Amino acid sequence: MNTKNTQQNAAIVIGAAQLDDLVKVLRKDGYATIAPTTRDGSIVLEEISSAAQLPLGLVDDQQPGAYRLSKAKKPAYFDFTHGAQSWKQFLFPAKEKLWSAHKTAEGFQVEASIDAPKYAFIGVRACELAAIRIQDKVFVEGEHVSNGYAQRRKQALIVAVNCRRAGGTCFCTSMDTGPKVKDGYDLALSELTRKGVHEFLLEAGSASGQTILKRLTGRPAAAADFKAAQKASDKAAQSMGREMPKGAAKTLANHLQHPRWQDIAKRCLDCANCTLVCPTCFCSTTSDSTSLDGQNAERWRTWDSCFTLDFSYIHGGAIRRDGAERYRQWMTHKLTHWHDQFGVSGCVGCGRCITWCPVGIDITAEVRAIAKDK
Amino acid sequence: MIASSKSESDTTTLDAMTPVPFTITKRTQDLADTFTIELEPENRSEGFVFQPGQFNMLYAFGVGEVPISISGDPAKPHKLIHTIRDVGAVTHAISNLKKGNMLGVRGPFGSAWPVEEAIGHDVVIVAGGIGLAPLRPAIDAILANRTQYGRFVILYGARSPSDVLYMKQLQTWRGRLDTYVDVTVDHAGHDWAGNVGVVTRLIGRANFDPHHTKVLICGPEIMMRFTIQELTAQSVDKDDIYVSMERNMKCAIGHCGHCQFGGHFVCKDGPVFPYGRIESLLQVRGL
Repeated sequence: MNTKNTQQNAAIVIGAAQLDDLVKVLRKDGYATIAPTTRDGSIVLEEISSAAQLPLGLVDDQQPGAYRLSKAKKPAYFDFTHGAQSWKQFLFPAKEKLWSAHKTAEGFQVEASIDAPKYAFIGVRACELAAIRIQDKVFVEGEHVSNGYAQRRKQALIVAVNCRRAGGTCFCTSMDTGPKVKDGYDLALSELTRKGVHEFLLEAGSASGQTILKRLTGRPAAAADFKAAQKASDKAAQSMGREMPKGAAKTLANHLQHPRWQDIAKRCLDCANCTLVCPTCFCSTTSDSTSLDGQNAERWRTWDSCFTLDFSYIHGGAIRRDGAERYRQWMTHKLTHWHDQFGVSGCVGCGRCITWCPVGIDITAEVRAIAKDK
Repeated sequence: MIASSKSESDTTTLDAMTPVPFTITKRTQDLADTFTIELEPENRSEGFVFQPGQFNMLYAFGVGEVPISISGDPAKPHKLIHTIRDVGAVTHAISNLKKGNMLGVRGPFGSAWPVEEAIGHDVVIVAGGIGLAPLRPAIDAILANRTQYGRFVILYGARSPSDVLYMKQLQTWRGRLDTYVDVTVDHAGHDWAGNVGVVTRLIGRANFDPHHTKVLICGPEIMMRFTIQELTAQSVDKDDIYVSMERNMKCAIGHCGHCQFGGHFVCKDGPVFPYGRIESLLQVRGL
């Protein structure tokens, strides 16, 4: 679906009020339209039935260990960046039934299970799109395919949005993943607020995106619209207050025994928040359950975290017994070993692990601290 | 999809996460806590084809799944054989299964012992405890082509004489004039005529050519570490040493992340690694 578009993208400009038409068209096509909305003072991703449910006029203040939503000066739809959740929870749900088994006269039979709703994701940021493509490498492009993920992913339609504002913990420019989407989307939105006129530049990035675009009413996009969109995106890039130091992969690989790991462990609560909010973390565990009469059994796959002791348990005890070893596993996997395994970094620079760390550990600052000792 | 009723071609297209029920045709108790089961691969005319060193995920109905190495003869794929130590909830449930019961199987997964690459070389097998089970398919394969190899050495260490796995088979191998077998135990009573001490002490006198040898090691990580130290002292090249690693595994297909060892997934890049590839990782505690 997300075939790379080498031609000039088809593009139109729609009024902000027409955003709802896009939601309607997608719903008519049978998509579950998932988009950002607000709940409990935070941006969450949920199914919406109308554009009115989008978080209009809100911005977020994200800092290490802190997140607040507040009213924006401009009534824009997408000037917040992102909340704790990512699209991972739909493509790779936190809990998924893999199969069920039932007893038979000869023994038992196993029946594979797939739950694959047809999703349209509205408001996918560049970093999040990069994260989806990283999880594709894990679940689809390797030797073995995760059938559930593959089916959900294949059906998913992606409406990306270009960031006009950098969040307080963002560092996507240094990871080369944003703030502007490059490819891999079906449609891309750029929000334009000029002289009291609220519009969206809507670009198609795939054949399906193009088909949808044709069903919407708008005016042809002009050079000034592209220029305004680019200017907003450049502003986001320039206002990014963080960056991942260059050569992070090597820095960590060369310092597996660095004293900094112990220092981080003193602050780290082993809470696993960073792994759960990370849009690329893919570790999972399986659990089996049985019906009370013992006739039926099910296997469920659930998100897991390398921060638990149980994660590395083998007969005789856990491999990673102290917090420093577990933090090192997470950070070296993300920034170093991911390259060995999948040819890319596992970090997209979204900053979620910094914001949602209860003690505000900053992955970029930790790399910098370790890099100091060459 | 009903896994058990699938035809041969369909079984291969099944999701790698879905176990296929196999029937247990034989169960033998090897040691107080260790047993061997034979399974019949149904609907597979070619049998259960695997390479020595590979493992399966075994599922006990309603209890759970564990990674277990295959310990049968690769030349006899119509019998799938696993030797299992009863140490946890799942292995205990499998231990309670009898002939005629079913066990779910996913696999085979992982890398293999370098049986082909070892042709023309001396081969030294170093096993500790139940580590002999994953090595038995390699021993079978080498003995089946015995003339292709140089000196063949099997060194085995167990905790006590009553913990010696495959005792009868060790005696048979030891009786062969083309195979050198040396066994040691950590402690023993007066009825033991063999060696007492660690397995590393058997290496020096095994009389193989350190420059033309492939060494295959499986056992507790600490035993493998000391064995490698001794082999290196005997000037065996690190790329001629192969070890089988153990890590927690949930999926066996590189998706769950549990078995990571540095940049490697033990489930698909291992479990058998040339030592040279993981040397630096083995030096760091808690990786």
